Amino acid sequence: MSSTTQPIPHYIRPWPSGWTWRPTWFGGLHGSERSWAIAFFLPYVAVFLAFIVYPVVYGIWLGSDPELYAELFGQPRYLTTVLNTLLLVGVGVNVKMFLAFLLSGFFVIPNRWIKALLVLYMLPWALPALPAFLSLHWMLIGYGGFLNSALETWFGIAGPIWFNSYPLALSANILSYIWKWMPFWTLVFVAGRMAIPQDIYEAAAVDGATGIRRFTFVTFPLLANLYLICTLLSTLWTVGDFTTAYFVSSGAPALQTETLATFGFRMAFDQGYPRVGIAAVMASLPLLVPLTILLMRRVQATEVQL
Amino acid sequence: MSLALSRYRMRRVLTRVAGTTLGVALAIWTIVPVYNMLLIALSEDGDEFTGTVWPSDPSFESFEVIWTEGYWYLENFWHQFGNSCLIGLAVMGLTVLVGSLASFGMGRMRLRKGWLLGNVSLLTYAVPASFLVIPFTRLMHLYGLTDSLWSVIAAEVAFAAPYAILIFHQYGKLIPLELDDAARVDGATPFQVYWRIYLPLMAPALAVVATYALLLAWNEYLYQYLLLSSRRSMTVAVAINQFFDSDEAPWNYMMAVAIVYSIPPIAVYYGLRRYMVAGLTMGGVKG
Repeated sequence: MSSTTQPIPHYIRPWPSGWTWRPTWFGGLHGSERSWAIAFFLPYVAVFLAFIVYPVVYGIWLGSDPELYAELFGQPRYLTTVLNTLLLVGVGVNVKMFLAFLLSGFFVIPNRWIKALLVLYMLPWALPALPAFLSLHWMLIGYGGFLNSALETWFGIAGPIWFNSYPLALSANILSYIWKWMPFWTLVFVAGRMAIPQDIYEAAAVDGATGIRRFTFVTFPLLANLYLICTLLSTLWTVGDFTTAYFVSSGAPALQTETLATFGFRMAFDQGYPRVGIAAVMASLPLLVPLTILLMRRVQATEVQL
Repeated sequence: MSLALSRYRMRRVLTRVAGTTLGVALAIWTIVPVYNMLLIALSEDGDEFTGTVWPSDPSFESFEVIWTEGYWYLENFWHQFGNSCLIGLAVMGLTVLVGSLASFGMGRMRLRKGWLLGNVSLLTYAVPASFLVIPFTRLMHLYGLTDSLWSVIAAEVAFAAPYAILIFHQYGKLIPLELDDAARVDGATPFQVYWRIYLPLMAPALAVVATYALLLAWNEYLYQYLLLSSRRSMTVAVAINQFFDSDEAPWNYMMAVAIVYSIPPIAVYYGLRRYMVAGLTMGGVKG
């Protein structure tokens, strides 16, 4: 952000004559310049205030009664729900990001077969979540589902009824989640790897960094910040993930595989306790706000690194 | 010499075998759920889960039924498909517009605290969309947007915009500020700089954000379900899930609907694909 923190050299002065540098909010912009800046921000600020800030404030107000939290923690399924959400985030996000990072190294290999495979590999991302997860749901349904039919036909194995077992159903959710979202992050890392100038690698090769050493001492340090930013973003997006648990396992068996989002939804709309639903959400803010602040700091750091 | 050569060859063969194995495994992993959609959609009603691995007697009946809206769950299918497209296109257009305006103001107007806006926008992600839905639905009554497509569009734009601003801001750093200055010297207004210089040079990032926003709208279910209740304002995503309300719904129709619903985002993605990698580049790597 160096361009905004330093005065512009005097020989570039496209701005209206007569301005002086003032360390103010609008950083030395005058009159019409300032109006322009406000005009550029205005649409987003309006959307942000009307559709994010106001609902958040309203939600905090609705969920401000301490008794709600006693009621929430007394809910039989709440702790399982928290655990499931943590597993989806802890295992799902990290396995996905790590594999995506490794696979991005495979997809940058210049080979036309690999290029063609990348086109196919991106399909789960382009496929909408609802059809994809419904397909995965029917695929794992047990008797007559494609996976068990295939196991039976080709290998003679009688597959389990996936959604009757808690670990299997939860794994199905996590694997479906990875299936759907890994391609996107792979593409982000492919872009990150392509942005590394070739001469850095050449210089490293002269110094003897090839193969695995090239990865640990050149590629990874250059992409570490990108990796962290992406993991944080993905974590924040996944904590509120609704579609995976709702459509793949639908909470089966017996609402054991619900996540916070589906739990809050069921509380608010099926059981008619909207305030408990909101409390379920508010209880996760102490985790989410620090992660967001960390994300903001890492994004700032891209100014120097990356 | 010959030993070194054969070892080199050996390594090449091994790398090839490993690469091919990985490629085949990835292809199978990717394609199986998609194949399963086709398998169910091409079955006859009642034959969906009979343990077959191939569509023994493929029938396109389910697609014909969708085309003619010939089943009572599908009565308004094409109207609902239109709703989905309208939401998708509006979210795509507005996210690109709002996000690019904000990132232009933030990165190129030489504001001292311009970066703050980017940070504040990221705060949106501290409260996931699915968590905000309860107060959001109540506020929509207040705004008079009950059962209106605009309420869904507003929610989705609000959640897509922070990522859009992040991508635009990172990509915008690749465009030298001197270009703006040169245009300003020639008398261009800030809006002309935005329209004539910034947007055309940002094309790859615009393609990324457009695809991202469209897919977000197409992936989203919760807001569409809660905010759009009448049959006429419903979207395909909500209509698909209605099949679960009945015990013996024709699942082959459901999967055929799911396939038809998947076509627009896939078409847009593959249409804009060649910009993707360039547009996702997050700033230049400093050597």
